Amino acid sequence: MNMLVCVKQVPDTTEIKIDPVKNTLIREGVPSIVNPFDGYALEAAARIKDADPSAKIVVLSMGPEQAKAALKECLAIAADKAYLVSGRAFGGSDTLATSYIISEAVKKVEEIEGKFDVIFCGKQAIDGDTAQVGPELAEHLGYPQVTYGLEAEVDGDTIKVKKEVEDGVEVIAAKMPAVVTFTKPAWDPRYPTIKRKMAANRAEIPVLGEDAFPEIDTTRIGLKGSPTHVKKTFVPQKKTGGVKIKEETAEESAKKLFQLLSDASII
Amino acid sequence: MNFHFNQEEQDVLDMLHDFCLKEVAPIAAEIDETERFPEETWHKLADMGMMGIAYPEEYGGAGMSYLTYIGACEELAKHCATTSVMVSAHSSLCCWPIAEYGTEEQKQKYLTKLASGEWLGAFGLTEPGAGTDAAMQKTVAEDKGDHWLLNGSKIFITNAGFAQVFIVMAMTDKSLGTKGISAFIVEKGTPGFSIGAHEKKMGIRGSSTCELIFEDCKIPKENLLGGLGKGFKVAMTTLDGGRIGIGAQALGIAQAAIDATVKYTSERVQFGKRISQFQNTQFQLADMQAKVDAARLLVYRAAQAKQDHEPYSHLAAMGKLYASEAASDVTRRCLQLIGGYGYTREYPFERFMRDAKITEIYEGTSEVQRMVISGWMGVK
Repeated sequence: MNMLVCVKQVPDTTEIKIDPVKNTLIREGVPSIVNPFDGYALEAAARIKDADPSAKIVVLSMGPEQAKAALKECLAIAADKAYLVSGRAFGGSDTLATSYIISEAVKKVEEIEGKFDVIFCGKQAIDGDTAQVGPELAEHLGYPQVTYGLEAEVDGDTIKVKKEVEDGVEVIAAKMPAVVTFTKPAWDPRYPTIKRKMAANRAEIPVLGEDAFPEIDTTRIGLKGSPTHVKKTFVPQKKTGGVKIKEETAEESAKKLFQLLSDASII
Repeated sequence: MNFHFNQEEQDVLDMLHDFCLKEVAPIAAEIDETERFPEETWHKLADMGMMGIAYPEEYGGAGMSYLTYIGACEELAKHCATTSVMVSAHSSLCCWPIAEYGTEEQKQKYLTKLASGEWLGAFGLTEPGAGTDAAMQKTVAEDKGDHWLLNGSKIFITNAGFAQVFIVMAMTDKSLGTKGISAFIVEKGTPGFSIGAHEKKMGIRGSSTCELIFEDCKIPKENLLGGLGKGFKVAMTTLDGGRIGIGAQALGIAQAAIDATVKYTSERVQFGKRISQFQNTQFQLADMQAKVDAARLLVYRAAQAKQDHEPYSHLAAMGKLYASEAASDVTRRCLQLIGGYGYTREYPFERFMRDAKITEIYEGTSEVQRMVISGWMGVK
């Protein structure tokens, strides 16, 4: 069993503050973490490895040199190998360009690590929140995909995924190789161990730069290859005012609400 | 002189800090209230390699420095003093004497499972009539040819209810005084060995503190630890190291109290001002922080000396004496700054105060530390 987990380094949004004057995110001093959903994807892979210790987990990230820290965190938790895709030409990529580059990187890493049976991703990154890269990656590779996974188990040549849907769970089997994106399950991911942490600190992480992809279509990468353009980022105005109804009993509250709506000729 | 943990040490402490925020701090008040031993935390710490931080990897440990271990005792105590002493009694008092005095067979059989955290360890020296006067051991081990026969009891034994392995001191020759005391490795479940009731304590209430009872308990010959008549030495040197862990525990409790007090006084308003705006609050907290930092340097110095295989018995005594008294003083003063809310169980301040007190008592009272220090000074 050969598994690839795609991870992204993101700012810890629980630590993010908004500049009250400029209305933009203050990124200075905000710690970087592994995108939590990617952490769930890694845990799902680790659970498959618990059941089959011969399984291998490779992690892949695209980002600046500092994203190696996120990959090392994954090595400290459960991953066996890590690769970073990093290069100027890749900067400014939107989700379409990013997923294209990653799909090319998957093929490159497979030349070293062998064909992957599954590719696990977080359902989305907590910074951009697009939830597009995982599904797009599956499309680029021509693989079946299951999104919003909670748990996954290998069953012969298929991957069986428990998938979150609005009113419950579905169990979907996909023929491998397949892409699965994960959401927050009921359990917490495991903690790193001291031994793995020390080994991760010493690990050399190969970087795949532009020169690693001589055949890549350069019109499909970076800013040029990105059809999406961010015009403006802003914090929505906080809604103020409103009416709070909190009467002695629920019945009285309901009556008051009815009265208010009725007076405003809404009902 | 270098007053920093190195990068590897800091990495381990950062890992533990994250773990404590998620797993240790949230249950600290509950296990205190219900006097519940945090068994699940033991297993989780074991998975991470935190139950045998400073022991070699070939014996199941994580192969990290002794300073890392001491930093870990402090970090755990910042969140829960019970959890800290669970680790330090296990590591300092049970793993260490086996690592130091054990035969290769004993290390293979016991240390590997203890340092990996699969088993929990405990240490039994104190008896009803032998507290600070530890030489007055009434527990007896008779040589029966192919085994030792153990009779007697031990009290106030940390981790007792959950430990698999106990280091137990017993008299093998009463006529020789302290030189007639020997140390034994006793396994849970050995016929004739039973665990008494859980003590109801003032602080560290989640810690499993029980009596050990030996009634014609047969101990295999090969479970003698450190040689015949060497038990007092085993016990005293074990406690020298244990004291550094308790000093670190005291640091953690004191720092947690200060940190929580800084937060509370920065929010609580009286007379139209935040309490932290009053100079009394500022000066008190400044004094407390200086005191705890001084204690921290003493404890770390002792740890460094132990790590460097230098004499450290007096340094450990100074560190524990100063840190434990600082913890009691600081937690009491913090509670005073908080006032009425600090006296309630809604806040952790009264727990900090109760937890701090034990650090002045166990693994040698403050008075014992003064005896060790003055003895080293040659004051007779």
